[in-house]
Amino acid sequence: MNIIRTFRIGGIHPEENKLTHEVETVAAPLPKQAIFPLSQHIGAPAKPVVKKGDRVKVGTMIAEAGGFVSAPIFSSVSGTVVKIDAAVDATGYRTPVIIVNVEGDEWEEGIDRSDKLETVEAHPELTPEGIVESVKAAGVTGMGGAGFPTFVKLCPPPTAKAECVIINAVECEPYITSDYRLMMEHADEIVVGLQLLMKAAKVDRGYIGIEVNKPKAIALLTEKVKADPRIEVVPLKQRYPQGGEKQLVDAVIRRQVPAPPAIPVNVGAIVQNVGTAFAVYQAVMKHKPLFERYTTVTGKRLAHPGNFLVRMGTPMRELIDLCGGMPEGDNKLLAGGPMMGKALTSVDVPVCKGTNSVTVISDSEARRKPADPCIRCAKCVSVCPMGLEPYLLATASAKQMWDKVEAECITSCIECGSCQYTCPSHRPILDNIRFGKSKVMGIIRARNAKK
Amino acid sequence: MGKLIVSLSPHAHGTDSVERNMYGVIIALLPALIVSFFYFGIGSLVVCAASVVSCVFFEWLINRFVLKSDRLTVCDGSAILTGLLLGFNLPSNLPVWIIVLGALVAIGVAKMTFGGLGCNVFNPALVGRCFLLVSFPAQMTSWPVVGQLGSYLDAETGATPLSLMKTAIKTGDASVLNDLPDSLHLLLGNNAMGGAGTIGEVCALALIIGLVYMLWKKIITWHIPVSIIATVFVVSGLLHLANPVYADPVAVVLSGGLMLGAIFMATDYVTSPMTHKGQLIYGVAIGLLTVLIRNWGSYPEGMSFAILIMNAFTPLINTYVKPKRFGEVLQK
Repeated sequence: MNIIRTFRIGGIHPEENKLTHEVETVAAPLPKQAIFPLSQHIGAPAKPVVKKGDRVKVGTMIAEAGGFVSAPIFSSVSGTVVKIDAAVDATGYRTPVIIVNVEGDEWEEGIDRSDKLETVEAHPELTPEGIVESVKAAGVTGMGGAGFPTFVKLCPPPTAKAECVIINAVECEPYITSDYRLMMEHADEIVVGLQLLMKAAKVDRGYIGIEVNKPKAIALLTEKVKADPRIEVVPLKQRYPQGGEKQLVDAVIRRQVPAPPAIPVNVGAIVQNVGTAFAVYQAVMKHKPLFERYTTVTGKRLAHPGNFLVRMGTPMRELIDLCGGMPEGDNKLLAGGPMMGKALTSVDVPVCKGTNSVTVISDSEARRKPADPCIRCAKCVSVCPMGLEPYLLATASAKQMWDKVEAECITSCIECGSCQYTCPSHRPILDNIRFGKSKVMGIIRARNAKK
Repeated sequence: MGKLIVSLSPHAHGTDSVERNMYGVIIALLPALIVSFFYFGIGSLVVCAASVVSCVFFEWLINRFVLKSDRLTVCDGSAILTGLLLGFNLPSNLPVWIIVLGALVAIGVAKMTFGGLGCNVFNPALVGRCFLLVSFPAQMTSWPVVGQLGSYLDAETGATPLSLMKTAIKTGDASVLNDLPDSLHLLLGNNAMGGAGTIGEVCALALIIGLVYMLWKKIITWHIPVSIIATVFVVSGLLHLANPVYADPVAVVLSGGLMLGAIFMATDYVTSPMTHKGQLIYGVAIGLLTVLIRNWGSYPEGMSFAILIMNAFTPLINTYVKPKRFGEVLQK
């Protein structure tokens, strides 16, 4: 029997609002027009390999990786490329996109569309290098939001040695249930995906970290991994931001990743989202590149919130219409959950590789309250999961004291928002810290460039 | 369709507010306030009301006409809290004009000159009290005996447990301590023994109930009150073992303003350190200073001075005592 674990510093417990926990996933209808931003991942944008007028099928590569840390993009629909243009994406800026008019639903040959479960045992021909190559070629990136190319994580720098793969099934953000639905509906494939990741990283320990508010998923996956003694399902106490990579590694294997530039693999862990494990399974076993994903569409005032299997490039407007349309009045539309999601400037922003949720926040919750003076209650210090002093970083950033905030470890901030969530004075703590952090990162880069 | 609102994350808030914390502390003070009515009657009512009303009035006046702020800061509850805490630190037979003067110093000098809520270096209620103590030493050290419910300015005064302890040390005669109420009476309020004290400090139990409430509502953490009380208990215990003219540690902890100070004054958000480690250092230092002043200083009570001294060290503690950063924890 496991003692229920969690990370060791700070943390909060926001209202869950998992409205769609038990709503089964349905495939969203094809969009009329699909929009593919070229920057759906961390790293260099992809480079288009199609031009206006080209015919594409479902699964056709439309843009290739633009550098080492980058990923190709595949069409999720069949039809004609109408233009390569700029459109507003989740960042709020106009960025280059490929727009495809949808005609029919014709798939590339070679994609295995059957439901048959392919096990690792049945494919002895798979090599670690082969798996990494398939994952890279299929454009798989982190599905939890940040969107780091998955194959890069599987090739750690020579100074670090991977010891285990941890599957992030925490889903600690309020509202979002897409990972939970994926676990309930594709547990077998996730386990095979984890085995593939372990093989690729050449490790023989695998963990699946799940918070205890998902008892059915814990029971189901525990059952599924019984046959493989290398894998352990780890129930975790409910606490935000447990889905943060560093917090999850701390919770599962009791090791803390040192301050940046250290990454989890420096303490031996490779962390991948459940959605990523599923995408790896499909890429390697079904030869299916990454072009569709599970996305939750939710909000307290949506008539029918739900979970959808969405072709990427589908504008959010079409998903919101499926759920009964935008509620009356002013709303906040988020790509992601309320703690770390991005507020969008347009309902025409498409679903991308990292869009785990489309969340609509309405009424008074959509607006911030005016800020009161800091009463130095120290609650931000107690909840900070990185052991920082948010009140100090925010004030010193606002006063542009860059040396001071760098010495106070501002670059360790993971921008989880626990400080601002907790602040009784409703102060814009994280806004100021983000400003300071980006300035300090720029200063550090400039300093390193000079050397 | 309405507009889309755009801001940076997080988009959720935990519904905590300044008001919730301030009124939470006021609720935690209610048991002690109610008990004080039973012990000091009309006197406690007049003193507390005068203190609260004048603190709120000065806060409003200074905000409106000096700082010219249009924000209604009197609603946040902090001035009410300062008033209540100031009242709790006064004897129940103090004339109203002295109380008003104390409130003016507390709000006007200790709080608003620094910029108002969140900016003050010293605890306003304690600054008010100490100002009165040095300006009106006679009135501020005559303590009405509990149980005179109908009297105010005319109340009979008596010796506090702390002055008995001081006498024992000065004369070197431990038998003076036999006049101390027993610990149960100190815990409940020392009316049966004819004891005396400030309005808020007579019943340790009522204050401890307030502490439990604040811990339950997560308004404060245990670090400051527990470290103060434990330090005072341990140090006075050692002194008592070494020489019986020093009172026994249970009586020391339960008498005077120690509980009131440790639970409600030292835990003031604005003037206490930000990290748990810093709060422990602050608490232990307050405990040591309190024992030092009580036993060897010229005043019988040292709690207020100890807290004010450590208030001055809070910025220094904040500069040098940092929380344990993520990744610094030793690897297992």
